[in-house]
Amino acid sequence: MSGTGEHGPDVSLPEGAEERSRAPHRVIGTPPPAEERTLLGTAGADTPPPAPRELPADPEDMAGAKRAERIVAALFILSMLAGIGFIAAYIGLPVGHSLVRVLRSNLALGTSMGVAFLALAVGAVIWVRRLMPDVERTEDRHPMRSPEPDREAFVETFREGADTSQFVKRPILRRTLIAASIPLGLAPIVLFRDLGPLPGTTLRHTVWRKGLRLTIAATNTPIRPADFDSPGGMITVIPEGYQDNDDEIAKAAVIIIKFEPGQLKHPTNLNWTVDNIVAYSKICTHVGCPVALYEQTTHHILCPCHQSTFEATQGATVLFGPANRPLPQLPMGTDSEGYLVALSDFKEPVGPSFWERG
Amino acid sequence: MSSINGAPEGPVAKLLGGTGTFLDDRLHAAKGTRTFLRKVFPDHWSFLLGEIALYSFIILLLTGTFLTFFFKPSMTSMIYHGTYTKLDGVRMSEAYASTLNISFDVRGGLLMRQIHHWAANLFLAAIMIHMIRIFFTGAYRKPRELNWLIGIVMFTLALLEGLFGYSLPDDLLSGTGLRILEGVLLGIPIVGTYGSFFLFGGQFPGHDIVPRLYIIHVLLIPALLLALISAHLFLMFHQKHTQMPGKGRTSYNVVGQPMYPYFMAKTGAFFLFIFGVLALLSTFAQINPIWLYGPYNPAEISAGSQPDFYMGFLEGSLRVMPNWSWNLWGHTFAWDVLIPALVPLGLIFTGAALWPFLERWLTGDQLEHHVNDRPRNAATRTGIGVAVVTFWGILWLEGANDVIADHFNISLYLTTEIARYAVFIGPVVGYWVTKRICLGLQRKDAQSLLHGYETGIVRMTPEGEFIEQERPLPEEDRAVLAARQDYAIPLPAADEGADGVPAPGTRGAVGKLRLRFARVLLEGAPPAGDGHGNGHGNGHGAIGEGEPERAAVTAGDGPDHPADGPGTDSE
Repeated sequence: MSGTGEHGPDVSLPEGAEERSRAPHRVIGTPPPAEERTLLGTAGADTPPPAPRELPADPEDMAGAKRAERIVAALFILSMLAGIGFIAAYIGLPVGHSLVRVLRSNLALGTSMGVAFLALAVGAVIWVRRLMPDVERTEDRHPMRSPEPDREAFVETFREGADTSQFVKRPILRRTLIAASIPLGLAPIVLFRDLGPLPGTTLRHTVWRKGLRLTIAATNTPIRPADFDSPGGMITVIPEGYQDNDDEIAKAAVIIIKFEPGQLKHPTNLNWTVDNIVAYSKICTHVGCPVALYEQTTHHILCPCHQSTFEATQGATVLFGPANRPLPQLPMGTDSEGYLVALSDFKEPVGPSFWERG
Repeated sequence: MSSINGAPEGPVAKLLGGTGTFLDDRLHAAKGTRTFLRKVFPDHWSFLLGEIALYSFIILLLTGTFLTFFFKPSMTSMIYHGTYTKLDGVRMSEAYASTLNISFDVRGGLLMRQIHHWAANLFLAAIMIHMIRIFFTGAYRKPRELNWLIGIVMFTLALLEGLFGYSLPDDLLSGTGLRILEGVLLGIPIVGTYGSFFLFGGQFPGHDIVPRLYIIHVLLIPALLLALISAHLFLMFHQKHTQMPGKGRTSYNVVGQPMYPYFMAKTGAFFLFIFGVLALLSTFAQINPIWLYGPYNPAEISAGSQPDFYMGFLEGSLRVMPNWSWNLWGHTFAWDVLIPALVPLGLIFTGAALWPFLERWLTGDQLEHHVNDRPRNAATRTGIGVAVVTFWGILWLEGANDVIADHFNISLYLTTEIARYAVFIGPVVGYWVTKRICLGLQRKDAQSLLHGYETGIVRMTPEGEFIEQERPLPEEDRAVLAARQDYAIPLPAADEGADGVPAPGTRGAVGKLRLRFARVLLEGAPPAGDGHGNGHGNGHGAIGEGEPERAAVTAGDGPDHPADGPGTDSE
């Protein structure tokens, strides 16, 4: 309390300013405060005479209203029953163990919920349209722009505050405050640094290396060329031992396609094929979707996302679509046991373009 | 504490005397609350579109909260053994498994999931149509530019919110969506690779993306949306809603029904209606059956992968783009990703944000507008709106071109080739056709104003001539048709001065260009009964900038105030 007393003289000035800024409000026509109190009947003796109604109390068509009342009440009862049904369905119909139970529960819960809400909604609409008398009122609209005295008073108040705070008058305070806030503003950005590691050369390499076996993605089994003797077939393969490593599969997934002798042409690197089997990266060079569709008759590899189309017999060159580069070919050979292995990593980065790719 | 302002004794009096007095003693709220209760809301079916968005959002909050109680935002691998036996023994993330559990092992879980997803689609659809309505009726004009900007920000946030939300279950479809997001991020020059590594916590897919998207989806964006919705509604409330033109409706009033009890009851019913419809839709129409897609695996994909409809536009944009790319100075400029990801979205959103200010600058119109335009009366604006919608629509269709090609048995590549031309030609055609239709409708309106309507009664004159009798339109209809006066307000800065001296804003190269665009913008058919000096619909400019109040005329009373009518300058 003593604090406020001390600062009494200081506050008096802003108070005066506030009075000035308020004055025009009164002029516009705010009713005196006494009127507000009487609205709730607490003012006592000098209650003014009741104002005339603004809204009619009853609809014109009383007989129609009576009918509507019954309909609305019936709808509300329907809603109540549906609500009870919802609770009953929740308690009575278990889920889990079988999809039929899930289906039944969903049907009962959803239908009862929908009916409960819709019956209420329809009832309320009928209530408004049939039971409430139709009125149309007009309210005045005033320009958004404040009256000139208000604006001037605001400007004055703001300027006073600026002066009183000394913010304008003392540039050294202002500048040092700004100087102090800059590093604080930057600090949160710095904090985001550890969201992830720096890219480095991560995107340039995959786990493929000399001697690493190709395994069928679905079964995790290595492949001998002789096992894959159906020309026109396509298999998705992943590096052996990486079947649970999504980060590596996301770069290293490969498709192998078997061709008839002589079908593979330039620019396919035939040294990297085994027995007319060629291996391409499965990661589209557009934005990285797996290129999963292979059309045997046309030898087209198609990405289902944006329809980039690659010619499988000719080094997966681009035929159509937004992809710009061929699917990189994986150098492939066989190991001593006759299984398909990589001869090295891809000779270029796989997947989508990135700035540092070059 | 007996009779309150003539109200009868009873529960109402008791409520007011007890709770009302208690609250007002403490809050000084009687006057403000009364103003609130008496506030008039104009009515028009198109004003419900924003409400649909609002109520979908509330339903999203309710159902979303339920889902958070059961969803596990974790990418930790696990082997599933649960109710959905087809995926028994399959490796998947906890996020995916918990989504299966919500669907099959939590009572009401499937329903809540489906309502949540349907509500998300409805939310976005309602926002889009609401924005289109605002644009076509010119409701963004002064003083509502700020609310228009807030709306654009909310639309952007809603798109992200939707994308992040459907990515959470970590299923094959949404994982593919994230893969595309990664590919697009990588394509951004200089910072793209870093951005991707920071977002995903390393290589794609990593183990961080689902928990990160989760907190953004359930906390960050909803909080921002909630704040912006509050601001949006506050501004709408404070500035009072616009109204459609009609008898007695002016820029100085609001005609409609009071908040209490009418608007409250109607809007409450509308909320229940939306909730009910969503509940039934979610009961009978399956949406996002993630168990059919399977868990995410970066080496797998299914054909016909489509994002939710509101993202289809970006998907189509990526599909339609030719494979341009540069390799310069050891760096990759992936135009095939950058242009489709940034340009259409940037054009539409930036264009939409700037439009109110551009239009105001071109026309020099500094007035407040509270009566909406009928779209036909602003032919050029409506044409531009249709052009944008066409552009969006073609890209959206192209986003489903594989499905279209499959269903209609046409070549996949042909659909893309067509779309490549259509994105440029379609909007131009849309603009031109729409504008012609609008001008035609304007002429028809002018005719109806002048001649009234045809009664179908044919009379023979004493001279033996047969004529059909015409009657003047009812006053209500006349008021609506005459609303074009509001749009055709003389706009000084956009025109030559009345005395042939160019107005200050029209001098110089920029001024001339501005004048030319303003003419196109304000182009309209000649108004009713005004055959002179008004060929361009804006051949007037007499009213000085100093007296805007008088020109802020209104829809309804245009004809009654010849001083405001078009063509005054020709005298």
